[in-house]
Amino acid sequence: MEEKEKILEVSHLKKYFKTGRGTLKAVDDVSFFIRRGETLGIVGESGCGKTTCGRTCIGILGRTDGHVLYKGKDVHSLRGKERKEFTKEVQIIFQDPYSSLDPKMKVGDIIAEGLKAHHMCKSREEEQARVKELLETVGLNAEHATRYVHEFSGGQRQRIGIARALAVEPEFIVCDEPISALDVSIQAQIVNLLIRLQKEKGLTYLFIAHDLAMVKHISDRVAVMYLGNIVEITQASALYANPMHPYTQALLSAIPIPDPEVEEKKQRIRLEGELPSPVDPPEGCRFINRCRFASERCRKERPELLEMEPGHLVACHYCEEMKKGTVG
Amino acid sequence: MEKFLEVKNLRVSYHSYAGEVQSVRGVSFSIDAGQSVAIVGESGCGKSVTAKTIMGLIQTPPGEIKEGSQILFEGRDILSQTPEQWQEYRGKDCAIIFQDALAALNPTMTIGNQVAEKLLIHTSMSRAEAWEEAGRLLKLVGIPNPEKRMKQYPHEFSGGQRQRIMIAIALACQPRLLIADEPTTALDVTIQADIIDLLKDIQKEFGMAVIMITHDLGIVANIAKKIIVMYAGKVVETGSSQDIFYRPRHPYTKALLRAVPRLDTEEEQSLESIEGTPPNMIDPPAGCAFSTRCAQCMRICQKSEPPMFEFEDGHTAQCWLYHPMAAQGNEE
Amino acid sequence: MAKLLTPLNQAALKAEDFSKIERENKEISVRYDRGFFHHVKKALGENKIAAVCLVILCVIITGALMAPLSSVDPDYMDVMNKMAGPSREHWFGTDELGRDSFTRALYGSRVSLLVGFATMVVSVTAGTCVGAVSGYAGGKTDMILMRIVDMFQSVPSLLMIIVIFSFVPNNMVTLVLMLALFSWTGVARIVRAQTLTLKERDFVIAAKTLGVSHVKIILKHIIPNMTTQIIVAASLSIAGAILDESALSYLGYGVALPKASWGSMLQNAQQYILYDPLLALIPGMFILLTVLCFNILGDALQYALDPRLHK
Repeated sequence: MEEKEKILEVSHLKKYFKTGRGTLKAVDDVSFFIRRGETLGIVGESGCGKTTCGRTCIGILGRTDGHVLYKGKDVHSLRGKERKEFTKEVQIIFQDPYSSLDPKMKVGDIIAEGLKAHHMCKSREEEQARVKELLETVGLNAEHATRYVHEFSGGQRQRIGIARALAVEPEFIVCDEPISALDVSIQAQIVNLLIRLQKEKGLTYLFIAHDLAMVKHISDRVAVMYLGNIVEITQASALYANPMHPYTQALLSAIPIPDPEVEEKKQRIRLEGELPSPVDPPEGCRFINRCRFASERCRKERPELLEMEPGHLVACHYCEEMKKGTVG
Repeated sequence: MEKFLEVKNLRVSYHSYAGEVQSVRGVSFSIDAGQSVAIVGESGCGKSVTAKTIMGLIQTPPGEIKEGSQILFEGRDILSQTPEQWQEYRGKDCAIIFQDALAALNPTMTIGNQVAEKLLIHTSMSRAEAWEEAGRLLKLVGIPNPEKRMKQYPHEFSGGQRQRIMIAIALACQPRLLIADEPTTALDVTIQADIIDLLKDIQKEFGMAVIMITHDLGIVANIAKKIIVMYAGKVVETGSSQDIFYRPRHPYTKALLRAVPRLDTEEEQSLESIEGTPPNMIDPPAGCAFSTRCAQCMRICQKSEPPMFEFEDGHTAQCWLYHPMAAQGNEE
Repeated sequence: MAKLLTPLNQAALKAEDFSKIERENKEISVRYDRGFFHHVKKALGENKIAAVCLVILCVIITGALMAPLSSVDPDYMDVMNKMAGPSREHWFGTDELGRDSFTRALYGSRVSLLVGFATMVVSVTAGTCVGAVSGYAGGKTDMILMRIVDMFQSVPSLLMIIVIFSFVPNNMVTLVLMLALFSWTGVARIVRAQTLTLKERDFVIAAKTLGVSHVKIILKHIIPNMTTQIIVAASLSIAGAILDESALSYLGYGVALPKASWGSMLQNAQQYILYDPLLALIPGMFILLTVLCFNILGDALQYALDPRLHK
């Protein structure tokens, strides 16, 4: 199969924040790419930098170091017309459906905002027709255009947020925890909608979430983040069967499976210790203080993200040596 | 034999700006001594309100416990207790831990004092004994070197450790019933698993009854002997963990199980979404509350309240589909 | 087979009740909420004092608007009835020149209220613009604008106005501008603080990723989301302006005679306070009532318009 072009390429991206206690290294040397039409999932626990990473990738936040190339162009140095074009092609869907929609605007105006900003409709009628079409695409009714957002439930608001992003006909969408704030029965609605839209419109997603099962379900490839680093990138289907990084293994074993018998048999890998502060992370491997396999080398040297198997990248000295056959 | 805890036709409403929110609409269930039970449901289904009523934490107003509601704790009607009796009951019989441990702990008091305080109020221990007991409890819940950490304040602990401290406070005075109201919702998965394990261990050790309130069916798969599924202020299905996960009967339970992807399969799954949104509890629908979203909805579901059917011993569901006359119109 | 536990009247059940309902069009329920005025009405219904204040303000404003309809001339001197007490002809009595106090107070309210409203409009507009730009732009712009605000807030305003009036002609327009010059800073501070929190909200970030221009973001997202705070600040600003105008008039720097404002009536009455306290009491009561009403109403609106309290 022919490999599709890389729509987004991130290399050695760093994003630091200055805080009262020192420099917070939210994203520290992260590299990955996304091909056109695929979904890359980023998972990790709170504070691992996944949201910051997503926002830096599309230029909402400035970078500290490194590059983000969208279709070969550096996202952070786009200006003028190119910048405007970028805002049409790249969109974001937010976690909190309550704060992501302007409470003082009507639903129709919210969705039409992008259409207006990019002069995509010639007349008021065309604009209204387009808003109606978008509402129906996301499973709402045309009459809802004249309502205010506080009249809608969480799941419905998330649909409005999706319609707003779709209005400008983007190619690439960052989904920043789009389902974490929703109830279980609503989550599936939104995920199914996102999958359907991807099929219909050939969208590319960067899907950020902490729910590993959902990320695995929606993504083609999954990146696992820990304390500002990506520790493992792999095909979603292989994630559960063959996790390599010790953190990924612990994370997977902690996720409850809705099946009493499977749960009964499951062996859990406990993580000792606490998550270090991103203001003062360990040198060397970030996971060192909680890792079962930590060695002297891990203390000194930060492991690189290396390809262990085709399409399966892991940043771990232990895995490297396992592969070479020098350990166990 | 009398039941350990029996909730009978509990109805609780909240009076809000927009009108009367009927949070709990006739909930009945019972729990045996030492049993671990989970109440599962989405936000607004009334699971937390039920738990708070058992603990006597409903503020009236705006809350209102309706006439005819009954909660029997070891045969004693607790809803008619005096404030002093409530105080005694909350200290010795029943304890609760909340989702937000940081909000539940006093930020200006050391951890040791907060655990010891409860012992001083409810037992005849001296200050030194209480302090020592507090240290023992903190060690039990897995706080490393408790002697040192007892002198620290809540903000110096991580989220998971704060939840452990809440459990230590709840364990003081050895209650016979522990209610855990979404104890892991605010925590990361790895820490969530630790807390669940801890709850399991202490339940085994102390033999207390545990009511676990959660929205996540997955986390109760291994901890609860009995699962109560709630929807829109009512119990829709009750059964053992095996019954609920392998033989779900109510369409809502079935749909809920199929709406979450499973991590442990390699094949493509398609998620079944439950269309629509949960009903507005100010004006709940007539008949079955799930009828507005149920794919197998029949006419009668929108008119009359569904009756309760028993499938296996202790496995019940409230749904019209199991009425003999329904079999004609539905394959199931 | 399942065992039925609930007693049922089986005879009453009909087969057709068990037919499946086919749902073609997905119904999407939306909770219809009543708007702005509903909340204001409800808040006024619950807060009786605020409702009374609103009624009093309406009466005073109507009185001010309708004043020219009265057959009595405010400047007509009834020389036979100087300093008279209340009577059927003169409801609130007359002043030292025999002018009708009631009519003068009505005309005075025109000046006081007009100055109050005009000052509010100018100061709220200026304050909102400066506050929003300062908060949104941040950095150096913010620092410079906020230092200017600090400067204005640290000088004694009445004294400054009196000094300035010794250089510029004193009329309605300059008076309003002077009062606004020293009151916009309060609004600017409130607006800036709101802008700082609003610009971090997801919907503003969403607008940026959609390529909406900064001016449009301020006009369409930021300012509409703080109307509550602006309305409250405005109602308090009117009260403040009326008080300042009265103080200035009382000190002799207000609207030129013979046009009456409440402040100048007070000043006038000062000489006769021992003979006829009523003369001072009437404009004093008007000032007190109006300012009090605006303040109470401002507080009530703040409560009514807070959406967090509607849940």
